[in-house]
Amino acid sequence: MSMNALDVENVSVSHNGILAVNKISFSVQEGDLLGIVGPNGAGKTTLFRAILGLQNYQGRIKLFGYEGNQYASILPMIGYVPQKVNFEPNFPATVYDVVAMGILSKKKLVKGAALIQSCGCCWNRIFVSSSKDSEKIEEALKIVGLESFKDRRISELSGGEQQRAFIAKALVKEPLLLILDEPVTGVDMEVQNKFYSVLRKINKENKITIVWSSHDLTAISDLANRVACMNRELFFHGEKEEFFANKDLLKTYSESAMQLHMHKHDM
Amino acid sequence: MNFDILSYGFMQRALLTGIVVAICCSIMGLFLVLKRYSLFGDALSHTAFGGIALGFFLNIYPIWTATVVCVATALGITKLRKSTKISGDAAIAVLFSAGLAMGVLLVSASHGFTIDLFSFLFGSILLTSIQDTLLILAISCGVIITLIVIRKPLIHFTFDEEQAKVHGIPIEKLNYLFVALAAVTVIATMRLVGILLISALIVLPNITSIMMGKGFKRTIIISISISVIAVIAGITTSYYFNLAPSGTIVMLMVAMFVGTLIAKRAGLFSTKTLTNESNLSTVH
Repeated sequence: MSMNALDVENVSVSHNGILAVNKISFSVQEGDLLGIVGPNGAGKTTLFRAILGLQNYQGRIKLFGYEGNQYASILPMIGYVPQKVNFEPNFPATVYDVVAMGILSKKKLVKGAALIQSCGCCWNRIFVSSSKDSEKIEEALKIVGLESFKDRRISELSGGEQQRAFIAKALVKEPLLLILDEPVTGVDMEVQNKFYSVLRKINKENKITIVWSSHDLTAISDLANRVACMNRELFFHGEKEEFFANKDLLKTYSESAMQLHMHKHDM
Repeated sequence: MNFDILSYGFMQRALLTGIVVAICCSIMGLFLVLKRYSLFGDALSHTAFGGIALGFFLNIYPIWTATVVCVATALGITKLRKSTKISGDAAIAVLFSAGLAMGVLLVSASHGFTIDLFSFLFGSILLTSIQDTLLILAISCGVIITLIVIRKPLIHFTFDEEQAKVHGIPIEKLNYLFVALAAVTVIATMRLVGILLISALIVLPNITSIMMGKGFKRTIIISISISVIAVIAGITTSYYFNLAPSGTIVMLMVAMFVGTLIAKRAGLFSTKTLTNESNLSTVH
């Protein structure tokens, strides 16, 4: 039986009295790839931060059915790639070092696994559980195509390569849910395409549930199976086909991206 | 030149404490530098001065009072920064001046301990008693062991606090532990180079090793090597030429920093060259 990976019920977040997220409710099923679209300042990042326990909110958020006190113990099982990771530019960490930071301690893994098993959910691990940390790191680097970069300092990499390293860091912990906040904004097309193929692969082959915010409707139409539109409030949440059939929504959520999408389908 | 230097008990103690303190300061310093807390160590050393003066004033073993004052201020200022959102540099300025003012006040209120106080200000590694040596060794080893135990969460926390939090690392507790360790490191280093030069030991070996463009593990190893070499060379040189060990150690570190800077400018550590070479070797 598949269960909900994420339940967001009536969640509101206000910054100094201004509502950044207003009574949003939606759920994500296991194995879903949900694309969230919305203009800049729509509250996507704020919503993600609330889900990740980095932001106070009103309402309820459940991860794999767990909330309240147990929420913190399931949180480490979530992989998160923010729009931009702010790190000290001189940080002497190689790509390998950065990915290694993502390794979960055995204690947390056992706790997480116990939680997952107790809620009856199927945990599709990427890697064999007995494999060593170094093998896991190599495997994650291979998924994002950065094997040959592992000894390079993270600060020497381009923005897109850095993002791929951070995805590897999120993957190495064998996440149950991956949250990606506009991960390829400002990255060139080639890297974007590479990234999208990584996304498809981990969703289809590794069965990792993904929640992903993006302005790129073409990519969302290619990859996601469900779409949510928000601008402080949730305006739409449903199947991808339903979203792309709704011309009004498409017009609202990205003029240029919509044209690109239509153009592609005309051909 | 004779090499009887090691036959003296004070020299053995000086070298032993010097090396252990250098290792401790390098590791702690790397995290302080990367968290942009470089001056935090310096500010803490000034409160340690206040603590030392308090010890002399109350006639208590000054290292104890300095430890208490230093750790309490480190924890207090961290709490203050969190609850009042005072910016980091402002908090450091407050610490800096408050510690120094307290010290000066206590010094003026009592008389007759200026020579001892002077030795804390500028270091007196050759004058350390057995009691001091044992205490400094215990503190340094304690810090080194703690840092080794918490290295993984600490590296993650230093790299990106928010990601570390999502990862399940108790970042608040870790931060308090971290500043307390920084305070204790300052106490351990005080005897070696003196309060006024502590930040040199925290910053110099680390910015030098960071420049070399290596990964985390190698950066720490290089930093430790720089410190240990500077301490051994500094203490021996100062013995033979009758110089102040603290100044000699720090100037050696400065020299290594400048040397590395020049070498880097000359392209010796160019990582691009290294990568090209490794690419070529894989092609062949």
